Amino acid sequence: MDTVTNWRERLISKTTRPTRVTTYKYWLWLGFLILITGNGAFQYWKQWQDGLYVTDMRDRISWGLYISMFIFFTGVSMAGTVISAMLRAANAQWRASITRVAEFITAFALMIGAGFIIVDMGRPERIFNVYIHGRWQSPIMWDVMAITTYLTASLIYLYAPMIPDLALYRDRLAGKVGAVRSFIYRTLALDWKGSPTQFKLLGKAITIMTLIIIPIAVSVHSVVSWIFGMTLRVGWNTAIFGILFVAGAVFSGLATLIIIMAVLRKTYHWEEYITERQFKYLGYMLASLALFMIYINVSEYLTAGFKFEEGSEFAFRQLFLEEFSGMFSFYIIFGLVVPVAIVLIPKTRTIGGIVVAAVLVNLAMFIERYFLVVTGLRVPLMPYEPASYSPNFVEWSIAASGVAMFCLLLTVTVKIFPMFAVWEMTEEHDAAMALTQAEETLMHEAAIAGPRLSTEVSPDSGRPAEGGAS
Amino acid sequence: MPGPASTTSGADVTKRRHQAKPRARGQAETPVSIRPVSRREALKYITMGAIGAVPLMAPGGVMDGLVADVVRGPDATDQISVTAPATTKSGRIRQWSMIIDLAKCDGCQSQGTPPQCTTACIEGHFAPQPMEWIEVYEADFGGGGTQFIPTPCQQCENPPCVKVCPVGATFSTPEGVVLIDQERCIGCRICMAACPYDRRFFNWGDPPIPPEAALADYQVEQQVPATRGTVMKCDFCPEMVRDGTLPFCVQACPNDAIWYGDLEEDIATNGRTIVKASRLISENNGYRLKEHLGTQPRVHYLPGHGEDVGRDPGVEGRMPTDWPWIERAEGAVSWTR
Repeated sequence: MDTVTNWRERLISKTTRPTRVTTYKYWLWLGFLILITGNGAFQYWKQWQDGLYVTDMRDRISWGLYISMFIFFTGVSMAGTVISAMLRAANAQWRASITRVAEFITAFALMIGAGFIIVDMGRPERIFNVYIHGRWQSPIMWDVMAITTYLTASLIYLYAPMIPDLALYRDRLAGKVGAVRSFIYRTLALDWKGSPTQFKLLGKAITIMTLIIIPIAVSVHSVVSWIFGMTLRVGWNTAIFGILFVAGAVFSGLATLIIIMAVLRKTYHWEEYITERQFKYLGYMLASLALFMIYINVSEYLTAGFKFEEGSEFAFRQLFLEEFSGMFSFYIIFGLVVPVAIVLIPKTRTIGGIVVAAVLVNLAMFIERYFLVVTGLRVPLMPYEPASYSPNFVEWSIAASGVAMFCLLLTVTVKIFPMFAVWEMTEEHDAAMALTQAEETLMHEAAIAGPRLSTEVSPDSGRPAEGGAS
Repeated sequence: MPGPASTTSGADVTKRRHQAKPRARGQAETPVSIRPVSRREALKYITMGAIGAVPLMAPGGVMDGLVADVVRGPDATDQISVTAPATTKSGRIRQWSMIIDLAKCDGCQSQGTPPQCTTACIEGHFAPQPMEWIEVYEADFGGGGTQFIPTPCQQCENPPCVKVCPVGATFSTPEGVVLIDQERCIGCRICMAACPYDRRFFNWGDPPIPPEAALADYQVEQQVPATRGTVMKCDFCPEMVRDGTLPFCVQACPNDAIWYGDLEEDIATNGRTIVKASRLISENNGYRLKEHLGTQPRVHYLPGHGEDVGRDPGVEGRMPTDWPWIERAEGAVSWTR
């Protein structure tokens, strides 16, 4: 068994590895991302010149891929809140190594998501009208308010627990990294010395932010759904949308976190810290959310389909039988049912299996966002032929650049910021060590006490042994 | 949503104007039964107490005395300039309304032209292709056979589009008309998602604008010239009615199927006859589109299949809409709906 100091030193060395070592693969990947982002930027420049005319959206289906991407990314941004805040609130003892990644995902996904709203605007240069003439009665304003609040809160929530680690970087990497990064660490570490008072204050701040950020996150995903829920459209005009969007956000946030954890683990050899245990626990969470999503879907489509109000026939037909049936069944089968199966079957409940489930979930959730937007708009309101829409090259390019930019931000971040909460992991490790020692003592005593309390019998079921032994 | 404050401000303006220009003609308060009245007389009723409308290219200075700021949006500093509302002789604000007689509408099939309401609207407003602010839908709305339904903006009293606008670019006027300020619109298109009648149109690209429209001084009530990235729709032509003429669609209808009127004074005219609006609606079993949604449209429909025109309700089809000035609009793009 390692001594605590050795363990910590190894952790620091592993954590700072990306800032010290950069391979050609990194530059290749960075170049690839810049290429995709650049193409999107070029296409957006074209859109800026000619207007939304360059997209395939038209009057009857007036929202499309951009809005879907907006919902998807705001959904992904739930990752930090769920993992970090909820697990912190629940004091789960396995979260420390993944909270930082989750918090970065939140901040970046939110920035990209908000960007898609601007991309979707007909007059982006008038964005400040929202502040000059804003009406609080409008769901769009609720979004503006909720997203800016959430972004602020999540940046604080990302930054506060990072201060001790930034201080660690400042001390350990002095002279080893360039002037820019040294400056960043020096400035952001805020003179952190690691005194008990500082830790106490930091702990308080984190606790407060933990409690604040969960309701904010729930509100964000609710108001995103209310952009649609506040209209009179068949398929959107339902109170379940808030719940569906919040659950879907947690769902895709978890999935994104699993994917990015797996990538980082493999790239930087962090197997010791991001273990199968984290994947399994996140997998369990993913599966329970999938079950909840199935329940929401049944609840919604049963209550709407049973009554079959005006317009419902068209809405159901396009979703279950016609144009969107492929997407819908992919979402239900591969996005909800298969991930549950993967997690529940012990044979597939491996890191690889859970990552596959996460990829399926993210794909399905993106598809769900897309068909929710498009099918809602497609139901004819008046006697006209239903419109058709499929995103064109410009829209796909800009959407892809959103994903690329998200990856780019993370890729650059890995090289600068500590991706592990070293101090929290150390605390967790210490606690675990203490626990192990206590357990060993117990086991030792149990071994002395005799076979009655041996390994296979848990303390609870072992209790009535007096009666059942004979 | 129009708050009480805005209504008050409209009424104040009205009062002031009314004292300055007393144009009362005694008879208006008498309940009017359905009887033929000359067109000239009808227009007098409609414009009674109203000020002259602003010419399309009126310079701002001339309008200063005529324009009142109507308070819109979240606070009193947030104003969009629209012309003061028309009032009855007793100072009540007129409530514009439309009654469309489907028994008289045949989608201009019998005369072999595109629907004349749509055409006139496009010519008068330079509505960019492919926008049909008043669109003639063909539907089977019950009773068998085809029905032609001219559909302008329904001018809801409980407008879903106004509720969702984040910047107050679309708003209800004291006259009950829903307008859009294209100089404020940010192009988020949530109003298009919210409108249950598919009556809102977006300028996806640089809209086609003929030279005569390009010179116009932009007014919220006229929406000329159109600008890219903003939403447009039927504006109910309140400025034309204040000026003593009827909206383009009403003027153009060869079958006199479209009635325009004032619910406050309870009169309506199709340009040939003047009637009591409420009676016209109730005696002909008038209804409104999607009444169950609670949007309270200001456009009423009288059921029918164009039978007054002598049309066979089993026959469908009509001429496609034309944008006659589109050739004069240089360098513009157009799109399909």
